[in-house]
Amino acid sequence: MEKITKMIVINSSKLLPSDVAMKLYETKDDIMVKETCFGIMVSGERAILDPLLSNIRKLDPYGIFIKERGFAPGEPFRCRATRRGGARPGFHNLETEDKILPHIASALKALDRGEIPGQKKQTKKLDIDKLKAIIKETEVSK
Amino acid sequence: MKVFIYPTNSLILYDLVERFGHEPLAIMQEIGKKVRSQGLDSPPMNITPEDPKFGLKYAAVEVPAGVRGRMSLLDPLLTKAEAAIIVNDPVISFGCMGCARTNELVNFLLRGKKIPILKLDYPSTEEDAKLFVYKISEFLKSLKPAEEMK
Repeated sequence: MEKITKMIVINSSKLLPSDVAMKLYETKDDIMVKETCFGIMVSGERAILDPLLSNIRKLDPYGIFIKERGFAPGEPFRCRATRRGGARPGFHNLETEDKILPHIASALKALDRGEIPGQKKQTKKLDIDKLKAIIKETEVSK
Repeated sequence: MKVFIYPTNSLILYDLVERFGHEPLAIMQEIGKKVRSQGLDSPPMNITPEDPKFGLKYAAVEVPAGVRGRMSLLDPLLTKAEAAIIVNDPVISFGCMGCARTNELVNFLLRGKKIPILKLDYPSTEEDAKLFVYKISEFLKSLKPAEEMK
């Protein structure tokens, strides 16, 4: 069986990583759980993890975001403890996307309400003739 | 359906594709295979003798080794891709020429595959995010769900 690791990023005001960790321990499945600053990392067989995490997502569907991770928790190639600190590779992307997660959460809520967003207004580029006119106006007469 | 995502390690795209009932194709799956396979000292930096062959499918031998190395990781994902969601110019893809050329090549190959592709920009406001999620959901709804394909 294929053993994988999944990353649960929590961006919720009503759920803490420790709450999710407790729920995962309660299942008594053969998994490894690690609590982190951004959420939880879970390692286990794909057949166990996939249904388990779809249930975990129901705790807060708009505040839990899940993705797969190549490395298991504490893997010496990535773990900061063996790399003398610093951000681990991959952290910067997570940090960038973490800032947008509240917007994505509200967008998902809006989608479930059936809201259809209006098309974004395209800002038109400045017309070349208008630009020429502006240049002529500002030109200092010799 | 198997949906290729770009940036290939995006949390938001991976989550949305999985949430809407499709199978995301992300680089983490390939890195995970390398990490779990025995005999590699420092995956994914190390490669096996088979990997350059995958890279050479896409780029000639005089092309920087970084491009071929990256393409060897992306090859299984590109061959499996049945649809793709691409975010234009993501900040995280900024990097060396190896990264830049690989990104260009990946986008070029996806366009050449004649599969359904959705191109978007990363949202910066709530309104943009609503449009971003709506477009992704509509695109994914228009594809066949993963269960039907099996």
